[in-house]
Amino acid sequence: MLHLILFSVFGLVCVAGAINLLVQSHPINSALSLIVVMGSLAVEYLLLGAEFVAAVQVIVYAGAIMVLFVFVIMLLNAGEEERTKGSRVSLLIGIPGMIMGSVLMAWVLITHSGTHAVEAGALPGAPREIAQLLFHEFLLPFEVTSILVLIAIMGAVVLAARPEPLQPEGKN
Amino acid sequence: MVPLSYYLVLSGILFACGVTGFLIKRNIITIFMSIELMLNGVNLSFVAFAAQWHQLSGQVFVFFVMVVAAAEATVGLAIIIAVFRTRETLNVDQVNLLKL
Repeated sequence: MLHLILFSVFGLVCVAGAINLLVQSHPINSALSLIVVMGSLAVEYLLLGAEFVAAVQVIVYAGAIMVLFVFVIMLLNAGEEERTKGSRVSLLIGIPGMIMGSVLMAWVLITHSGTHAVEAGALPGAPREIAQLLFHEFLLPFEVTSILVLIAIMGAVVLAARPEPLQPEGKN
Repeated sequence: MVPLSYYLVLSGILFACGVTGFLIKRNIITIFMSIELMLNGVNLSFVAFAAQWHQLSGQVFVFFVMVVAAAEATVGLAIIIAVFRTRETLNVDQVNLLKL
């Protein structure tokens, strides 16, 4: 019962943050509500017994990536975004269609999925088991991601570096 | 105990919010944040299925998604800075030419 209450409270906080991200017009407000979404998702991971994923979610997502976002917003001094008018067809057809589709999908998932309840702590999500899996079965993908991160670092440095002023010809 | 379908519905709502933000937002940074929201929704369903079927590989996949998201955010924000330096705007409607 407590499990369900915690799930509902943090799920509602999560959805509220996601909708607030869409409604706000200033990017810094959107970034802060995205941090709220990620923090409450970490609690959902804890409820699912994934302790290590929850910790990494807070440290990497809510910490590192969002700091990067807020840093860029501050650096570029991003202001309010301009509103553009949407088309009338999307309002008349799209929004009722979207609501109908999502309600239908939720109904199918809840009634016909035939899955039993997820128990708290049913899975050993401790760092030890994760590390066993990560460094034995998934060793090659792990190394490939390290190369990916290296390439991303170099790409970021190349892209964000100020372009050098062109040297005049024959003045070496 | 919470049924798995509740987690899937929550993850679907987050993904739909991300798609909506991607489509309706005009600020390039907010569009990026919508992509992060979509990735978070997918991560939640990964962890829920991992708990459902007692397979830890789902949680390992979440790490790979997080690494890819971090790399994507780094490179994307560098591109945003480069775009802002040449165009002096963050509105995607005004960034409609490949040439300067």
